[in-house]
Amino acid sequence: METLERIVLEQKIFAGLDPDIGALITGCARNHHFEPGAYLFHEGEEAKEFFLVRHGDVALEITSPGRRTLVLNTVHDGDIVGASWLCPPYRWTSDARARTHVRALGFDASCLRDKCDEDPRVGYAMMKRFTPLMVSRLQAAHMQLLDVYGRPEGV
Amino acid sequence: MSAAHALPPGSTVLGLDGLQALIEALAARGHDVIGPVERDGAIVYDHIAGVADLPAGRTDRQEAGFYRLEARSDGALFGYAVGPHSWKRYLHRPRETLFRVRRVGEELAFDVPREPPKRTAFIGVRACELAAIAVQDKVLQGGPYVNTEYAGRRAQTFLVAVNCGDPAATCFCTSMDTGPRARSGSGYDIVLTELLDSERHEFLAEPGSDAGAAMLAYLPTRPAVAADWHAADAVATQAAANMHRHMPGNGLKEALQGNPEHARWDDVGNRCLSCANCTLVCPTCFCTTIEDHSDLDGQGAGRVRRWDSCFTRDFSYVHGGTVRTQTRSRYRQWMTHKLAHWWDQFGTSGCVGCGRCIAWCPVGIDITAEAAAIVEGQSHGDA
Amino acid sequence: MPLPYRVLAVHQDTADVATLDMEPVGAAIPEPKPGQFTMLYAFGVGEAPISVSGAPVNGAPLVHTVRGVGAVSNAITHLHPGQEIGVRGPYGTAWPVEQADSHDILFVAGGLGLAPLRPAVRHVLANRDRYGRVSLLYGTRGPEDMLYREELTDWRRMLDVEIEVTVDHADRTWRGAVGVVTNLIPRAGFDPAHTTALVCGPEVMMRFSIMALQSAGLPFDRTYLSLERSMKCGMGLCGRCQFGADFVCKEGAVMRYDRIAHIFTVREI
Repeated sequence: METLERIVLEQKIFAGLDPDIGALITGCARNHHFEPGAYLFHEGEEAKEFFLVRHGDVALEITSPGRRTLVLNTVHDGDIVGASWLCPPYRWTSDARARTHVRALGFDASCLRDKCDEDPRVGYAMMKRFTPLMVSRLQAAHMQLLDVYGRPEGV
Repeated sequence: MSAAHALPPGSTVLGLDGLQALIEALAARGHDVIGPVERDGAIVYDHIAGVADLPAGRTDRQEAGFYRLEARSDGALFGYAVGPHSWKRYLHRPRETLFRVRRVGEELAFDVPREPPKRTAFIGVRACELAAIAVQDKVLQGGPYVNTEYAGRRAQTFLVAVNCGDPAATCFCTSMDTGPRARSGSGYDIVLTELLDSERHEFLAEPGSDAGAAMLAYLPTRPAVAADWHAADAVATQAAANMHRHMPGNGLKEALQGNPEHARWDDVGNRCLSCANCTLVCPTCFCTTIEDHSDLDGQGAGRVRRWDSCFTRDFSYVHGGTVRTQTRSRYRQWMTHKLAHWWDQFGTSGCVGCGRCIAWCPVGIDITAEAAAIVEGQSHGDA
Repeated sequence: MPLPYRVLAVHQDTADVATLDMEPVGAAIPEPKPGQFTMLYAFGVGEAPISVSGAPVNGAPLVHTVRGVGAVSNAITHLHPGQEIGVRGPYGTAWPVEQADSHDILFVAGGLGLAPLRPAVRHVLANRDRYGRVSLLYGTRGPEDMLYREELTDWRRMLDVEIEVTVDHADRTWRGAVGVVTNLIPRAGFDPAHTTALVCGPEVMMRFSIMALQSAGLPFDRTYLSLERSMKCGMGLCGRCQFGADFVCKEGAVMRYDRIAHIFTVREI
């Protein structure tokens, strides 16, 4: 029988994490299962919990009146869904919807933020892992914006 | 440059009548004889019928962005350096028809014009120009693909070189190791050194090939003596001593290839007009473009190859835009190619030290000064 | 001089991309290696360098996939079966499918970049037992911009090949991955010690892909890409296609990344 702690420490993003810290953050974690089509969270909601996808595909979507739903990005096994829990006002900026059956670890955001405040080692361990993730998401978003395959315009 | 002390074998001396006879003999054998003539305030290369067509008693004064012809105090026939023309306009022609094609129904029929290349003779080729011809030989016929039009013409060219006595202030062949003396084996059929003083106006003539030796044997000459050789040697030594511009040697290639973001590129980019004069006058620049034309009736088309320049925005155009949009990028390309990449591509420098680009640049950009600035400034990464 | 070829079929892949099948009228060009290109001549308009997207082997026609972006390419994409086109070549370097024997192969294609890679993919799959794991990562702007859908599906059906596809912008019906093709690289699960990567697409996409491959531990000397520069002759004589000291038509278009890493990101080189 797998323990939750072992599952947490097995995730790629937590590779090399000090087992003490692993135990601490596991205290904020629980298992989730989402049916295909179910929402993990909605835009504008309080970012109470962020997710680490163990298995499955999740689409980040934006809907606005009169326009069809736009998929910004899809995230898959081993990816983190949601960065808004890291900074005020702690509200989601898009919808997240399961495309397939999704098994995910959910981390209580305020529980984890408290643990980071109490023990800077935990805070630093999280920062070291989440910052590169955010940077590469940003770079990927830049490339999406560039429309590199689009019809070239004259210079 | 150390002087040889022995009279080169086969040396002989031509008088003015001998030079005239040379030109006439070449013409009689079906050569188009091209030599220096004065036209429009410059010494250019065009057809000559005899000694009378040469710019006797003329010399050139050249500096960055400056070229003027002046009178000499003597009647030397070759008492100047080089002008805006180079021999490439006769070998690697400015415009060349490659093929014609006719459309018959849905079918395409290609046809290459089969005009046999004319024999030509160049009179007055300088050492730097021999080096330039050798460079273009490597580029255009030394690789896996040959420019067959160039190769055909080149094989039919008879070269009469002349050793420089009067370098211009823009010349720097000594630091490029291409002159001022035409070295044995550098491709001439005959090399002449003008020997002019109060007592005589003659030319020491040395053969550089069997064809050259055969031609000399046919002409009215007198045997050369040691005094002739000493006089000729003095001409070359004096020319070398009068060269005041120098291209930096050591580390130039690495400095150029290793510093694509050097501040000097921005600096020269601000001065350069991107007018392409330098590439037009440069004897080694070889870049071309292709133009396809169709006839008005829509059933025929042709392809022409034309000189082009890396200074045009169109030169680096890929669909969607130009790669080198800024002048500084295009200048960087030209100079780095000429002085550095050429070594990787062809095993030689692309520059022969003729100085034309310096004289004919409307804003007087001096390639030797730019090179020195980059070599010197590279440890600081700025000018 | 171009050799006349007859257009057999024109398939409209996307709004501005067409694939032309052609056969020689008389003499044929030498068989192109995967990655090589030819100069295609549209009567009276001009020539363009186009990568071969299908080699004329076993009776198959010579195939080129062309995007209409200018006078010449538009003239080519508007040809009809039965019309003739001039072909010169093949020129340039080939994808290292021979040298990469026994390696795992990772193809990373972006947009039209799948076209020059297709002959290499076909070669690898036709000689499947000579290679380890074979994966293709393919990213396009949108699902409607995908090339060779049928063939991609055929490849996917070969159970020992991994095909992962993503789009930058999804439409209503797309159920697959959304995001840039570089997102697929960390998940491709390849072993950097035994993998050779062949990357082709717009230059920005290749730059990002190489960064992602490098982060995943792939060395530059097992990363290959295909460059594009202005070309008029294809033979190293017109001087236009120079990229640093290399002629893209002679030392490229396929180049090993360690050769050009030092200038690949220099502005306007």
